[in-house]
Amino acid sequence: MIEVLFYSASVIALLATILALTRSNAAHALIYLIVSLLAIAVLFFLMGAPFAAALEILIYAGAIMVLFVFVIMMLNLGEVGEAQERGWLSVKSWILPGIMAALLFIELLIALSISSEQTIALTSGVAVPPKEVAMSLFGPYVLAVEIASMLLLAGLVGAYHLGRRFIVRREGVHEGGDS
Amino acid sequence: MGGLQIPLEHVLVLSALLFCCGLLGLMLRRNIIFMLVSLEVMLNASALAFIAAAAKWGQADGQVIFLLILTIAAAEVSVGLGLVLQIQRRFKTLDMDAATALKER
Repeated sequence: MIEVLFYSASVIALLATILALTRSNAAHALIYLIVSLLAIAVLFFLMGAPFAAALEILIYAGAIMVLFVFVIMMLNLGEVGEAQERGWLSVKSWILPGIMAALLFIELLIALSISSEQTIALTSGVAVPPKEVAMSLFGPYVLAVEIASMLLLAGLVGAYHLGRRFIVRREGVHEGGDS
Repeated sequence: MGGLQIPLEHVLVLSALLFCCGLLGLMLRRNIIFMLVSLEVMLNASALAFIAAAAKWGQADGQVIFLLILTIAAAEVSVGLGLVLQIQRRFKTLDMDAATALKER
């Protein structure tokens, strides 16, 4: 029964991802992407990682997708952008990248089948509780946490710097950094 | 988690499929927002592989790496969307082919 849940969630994740990447309207694509992220969160939960599943929903489907939605709202692309996108989605532009991605997938499948010839590995079915994650996060991986915080700070400063001039120009408040 | 035992290969195949979808999207779409979405899909697929590995050995390390991937994704998206705003302002389009030069001509 629980295996059925797993496979149906993976099919939903895959279909939603494919639909998200082939939409011409960015807002519709984001809705499909959120469905895909929720399905992957279900997979995480089923594989015994409840903490990762919660974070997937909170940060990916919550915070990051809200950022995307805000930017799409600010840009206000409308019908023209949608028609342009539809023009780019012709078969001619699909075919070569499609072959390349299919080749990569086949290579990955071959690598997987070679590595799994000896034994059939199963996911253990044991849940890893959040406490254990936290213990190793602030034990052996504490340096990685520090580096991640530096990365987030750099991302914050970069996003502020890039977005600030845009906002000043739109409001037309001061002379601003409009080059 | 009632002892779900899925062959690890199935999860890895799903992860590979998602990764290839993201790669395909990255190569196909010229809209910078869709390119960022494809990057998210690829990062997410690798995170799925890490979580599967964590489940295989019942260790927390995979989830720690998942947290780091989440951090990278958040930082990348915030800077990327700032760039989207700048590109829209300068070129009046989201077409990446319009923004091929690093320096303004």
